[in-house]
Amino acid sequence: MTIQVPRVLVVDDEAPARNRLKDLLDDCRPNFPFELVGEAVNGREAVEIINQTHIDIVLLDIRMPVMDGIEAARHLQKLQNPPAIVFTTALDGHALDAFELNAVDYLLKPIRLERLLTALKKALTNRSLSPGALGVITSRARTHLSVTERDRVMLVPVADICYMRAELKYVTLKTLEREFLLEESLVNLEKEFGDRFVRIHRNCLVARKNIIGFEKVTPEGSESHWVVLLKGLPEKLPVSRRQTHIVKEF
Amino acid sequence: MASINQNGVTISLPNFCNLGSILRSLLIVNSIGLVFALARADQLSLLWQEFLYVATFLEPALLASMVTLCGVRQFIDRMNYRLGLVFVVLTVLLISTVVHQLGQSILPGEMTYGLVHVWILSLFAAGVLLLYFDLRTRALSPALTEARLQALQARIRPHFLFNSLNAVLSLIRSEPKRAERALENMAELFRVLMADNRRLTTLDREVELCRHYLEIEELRLGERLKIIWHVDKMPADALIPPLVLQPLLENAVYHGVEPSTSSGEILINIYRNRDQVVIVLRNPYFPQNNHHSGNKMALNNIRERLALHFDAEASFKATSMGEVYQVTMTIPYVSEKSQREKLSP
Repeated sequence: MTIQVPRVLVVDDEAPARNRLKDLLDDCRPNFPFELVGEAVNGREAVEIINQTHIDIVLLDIRMPVMDGIEAARHLQKLQNPPAIVFTTALDGHALDAFELNAVDYLLKPIRLERLLTALKKALTNRSLSPGALGVITSRARTHLSVTERDRVMLVPVADICYMRAELKYVTLKTLEREFLLEESLVNLEKEFGDRFVRIHRNCLVARKNIIGFEKVTPEGSESHWVVLLKGLPEKLPVSRRQTHIVKEF
Repeated sequence: MASINQNGVTISLPNFCNLGSILRSLLIVNSIGLVFALARADQLSLLWQEFLYVATFLEPALLASMVTLCGVRQFIDRMNYRLGLVFVVLTVLLISTVVHQLGQSILPGEMTYGLVHVWILSLFAAGVLLLYFDLRTRALSPALTEARLQALQARIRPHFLFNSLNAVLSLIRSEPKRAERALENMAELFRVLMADNRRLTTLDREVELCRHYLEIEELRLGERLKIIWHVDKMPADALIPPLVLQPLLENAVYHGVEPSTSSGEILINIYRNRDQVVIVLRNPYFPQNNHHSGNKMALNNIRERLALHFDAEASFKATSMGEVYQVTMTIPYVSEKSQREKLSP
């Protein structure tokens, strides 16, 4: 019979920081047997690895390019069985965020061996599993939106989204390739991404960089209105009367 | 300027060659001329005419005085403050007399003021100016200025300190030689950071410090950090406030290199343009994650220190053009040698 040891993932953009953490983990091994599953250099890579393989504990740096640790943690919360998150950072200003995100612990770099060992033990016994405590934690806009499909976190880069349209209780995210259904409100999305997206209709936000033009159409039997022409997509999205001013402002 | 660079100076006469002093003098003396004209004009409509009368005397006298005082500046610098004051006032009186006499011979009839008028006006203008500069030096007096300079001394980000320590720790087991080198670099950097930085340093020392700093950052960022130096034409002996360039590089790394996975290029170009030293620093810029409050603080800090040292003769400009961020800094070229010559006649 093999004993299941916890599976650990190390996430940091700086190679020396990862090496240091691995050295320390090796030092913990006698007291805390584990399996090092891999390393990731940013939040996005971490989410992708966690999608593919089961991870029990993530040692997650906060300040990283592409996707930072806080955002990665937010996406991971959507999993039914998210890994325990232990933040590692050189900054002391994120403690509050860490607890709002149900992080198990919070390690300040340079990390001490004893602190790491405590955090690892805590992570096994005290895995907080309530994915409800999201909310807007950082003032910074996310770089990706996430949807869960078969208990995997699908990441949709905000830069790839052509438009977002509210339909019943979902928001459809449309990229050039496909559509995703997101359970968030369009109003909040507009607040977060207002600088990249423009509201053309009560139920629709369009990425500014994807707009190539406007066209006036007159359907039979009704009044004429403007539609938005999109780069790379055939559909034409109607501009509501109330939002007509954006045609001029563009 | 002199009051800041040398330790323990008391009130001194202004540097008459400094652009800031010249501009201030022009402004103040012309305001006095305007008030003088205002007092003489019976009606407001005659004000302009009166001002022109005053100006025909005032401008030549003022300019001639400024040029003369700038010319004999080294001579004035050697006097004590009181003697200097007397000298300046006498110079101004002499020049205004000469200008008045010349004016009467060149444009008879245009000079409607008598010599006594001219003396009173010149004395008053010189008095106000000297009082103003006296008050200004007091306001920026050594104690105050030193306190301000100390408060403004560039501070290193805690982020940098802890990340670097972490990087050194990671090397100790595998590459002890590199760890040693990194600690030496950190020692150099912190020696300067913790030193009394009110005195000016030389440009090549500041550049050397920046190289130590960047070597530490290279440890952490590896391939991601690319530095291009164009400093072969820099005047190595130019005096510069310490820790002016290093915080700018720290900013460039923090905002231009760290947020990206691909390699970020920092370009440093330092050269001499006549009697000015120009420092240009360029780095990538990511408008998406701008959380620049810390950045602004660092920039304002440097701007204020340059102003305390060089007044209006230094300029500092930060611009972002698309995905490039550029800082351009210009300071007057003063070498250690030229300073020493000035101080020990």
